[in-house]
Amino acid sequence: MAKTIAEINEKIKKGQAVVVTAEEIIDIAKKKGISQAANEVDVVTTGTFGPMCSSGAYFNVGHTKPRIKLGGGKVYLNDVPAYTGVAAVDVFLGATALPDDDPKNRIYPGEFRYGGGHVIEELVAGKDVRLVATEDVRLVATAYGTDCYPRRKLETLISIKDMNEAVLFNMRNAYQNYNVAVNLSDRIIYTYMGVLKPKLGNANYSTSGQLSPLFNDPYYKTIGIGTKIFLGGGIGYVAWQGTQHNPSVLRGDNGVPRRGAGTLAVIGDLKQMKPEWLVGTSFLGYGCTLTVGIGVPIPVLSEEILRYTLVTDAEIFAPVVDYAEAYPQRKPDILTEISYAELKSGTIKVQGQEVPTASLSSYPGAVEIAGILKEWIKKGEFLLTEPVAPLPGVESGIVFKPLEERPIP
Amino acid sequence: MATVSKRLVLHFPKRLTNEPIVYKLVKDFDLEFNILKASVTPGEEGLLVMELAGEQRSYDKGVKYLTETGVKIQSLSQDVVWNESRCTHCGACITLCPTGAFSVEPKTRKVTFDNNKCVVCELCVKACPPRAMELYF
Repeated sequence: MAKTIAEINEKIKKGQAVVVTAEEIIDIAKKKGISQAANEVDVVTTGTFGPMCSSGAYFNVGHTKPRIKLGGGKVYLNDVPAYTGVAAVDVFLGATALPDDDPKNRIYPGEFRYGGGHVIEELVAGKDVRLVATEDVRLVATAYGTDCYPRRKLETLISIKDMNEAVLFNMRNAYQNYNVAVNLSDRIIYTYMGVLKPKLGNANYSTSGQLSPLFNDPYYKTIGIGTKIFLGGGIGYVAWQGTQHNPSVLRGDNGVPRRGAGTLAVIGDLKQMKPEWLVGTSFLGYGCTLTVGIGVPIPVLSEEILRYTLVTDAEIFAPVVDYAEAYPQRKPDILTEISYAELKSGTIKVQGQEVPTASLSSYPGAVEIAGILKEWIKKGEFLLTEPVAPLPGVESGIVFKPLEERPIP
Repeated sequence: MATVSKRLVLHFPKRLTNEPIVYKLVKDFDLEFNILKASVTPGEEGLLVMELAGEQRSYDKGVKYLTETGVKIQSLSQDVVWNESRCTHCGACITLCPTGAFSVEPKTRKVTFDNNKCVVCELCVKACPPRAMELYF
């Protein structure tokens, strides 16, 4: 029996919706059968909690007296530079931004203790400070001065409450599948996939597998532009497909991509988010980023949609890639494909060698997010939205282009 | 006679870096040692992390000898501390720790840290993405 989102929302409002997580649905369908499970279950919740670099936030900090035009000037939040190439008092802070005086990799491997992601975490923390700083962030700015915006310097404390708008806007999150990173070289390497020990010393992966949003809706049949989601502990929306969204990759018989594929651009009011789900993160020798918590509800509109949510770690495969040579040199070489069940077992076999595995994405975090979202929906606090437009699917023919450099005459 | 086995962090002042102190622990006090980490900065301080084992009486005498020669002794377990409130339970630490001090609970996949297995190599401190491993001196 097919359902509509409107019908499911009616049940949610009455507190009657049957909501389970993408982990729980696997056993439910085994016991009850797909048909009965599709009839009974209204929503399947998913979750992921991992480092996502294409994240950031924009702020409107309010107008000073006399006015200052930060646009085209320079703005620092706790010494981390923000982008100002917009209107007078709007700024954008990216998760990977670093203070100008950070030694970066000049002292190799750089520690990258504090960057844009940490500023976002501290702003969101308000009084529940988890790092050493106070709830106030130092804003230091210089401007060039105009007739209508005469001021040239600004130094002030500011908190998220002082700002008119503070909006998390992440250009690429929730990657549908990702590489498993290894190191074939004979020296330790420091990557965005963590510290990789030489000669296949370890293998790092980074998705929540069977709980991951886009693994449970591999063809984007329910998740679209306008889908309401759990974002950073609050409510957000899918704003667009994420950058590098690439639905055309190799897929398994179950429709699940075997390579990095779809992505989501997401947006939400930072003021209602929580620092537990937006964590400033540092990768030794690589840089700073933000660990973002995302949960997407999947309305069980049909048996087909339910079937997709039954995917297990054993049926999801990721490519193993050498980050010493193949990745940096943009070579397409894949060493092997490994299922998430094998990855979670603690060791995988690559080139005949036993390699211990570790995750960069937090599975306990993903479980908790899927659980929180489930509770919100069950209590009637979170209604589902109808997407206003679909994400580009396999039929879009999207080609993920590399940059082919051309000489400037 | 009770035996003990403890992991210690020994700080050698500059004047002692050329002394055969560990040799004396074995020869004069009949203690067993297992060096977990050692670093000597030329002309500066020496650092030795080791497991010291033997009969309680000999162990106490050995430690007294170390203290009298000017070696500063710290108990090891207090040095690297897991700030659980900052830990996201990603598990990036698991494969980096040379002594297997971190483990993942198979069902929940939550990370735990066993202080007793830690040899304060400090690899996890900088490699932990949310920087939940803290070093205390």
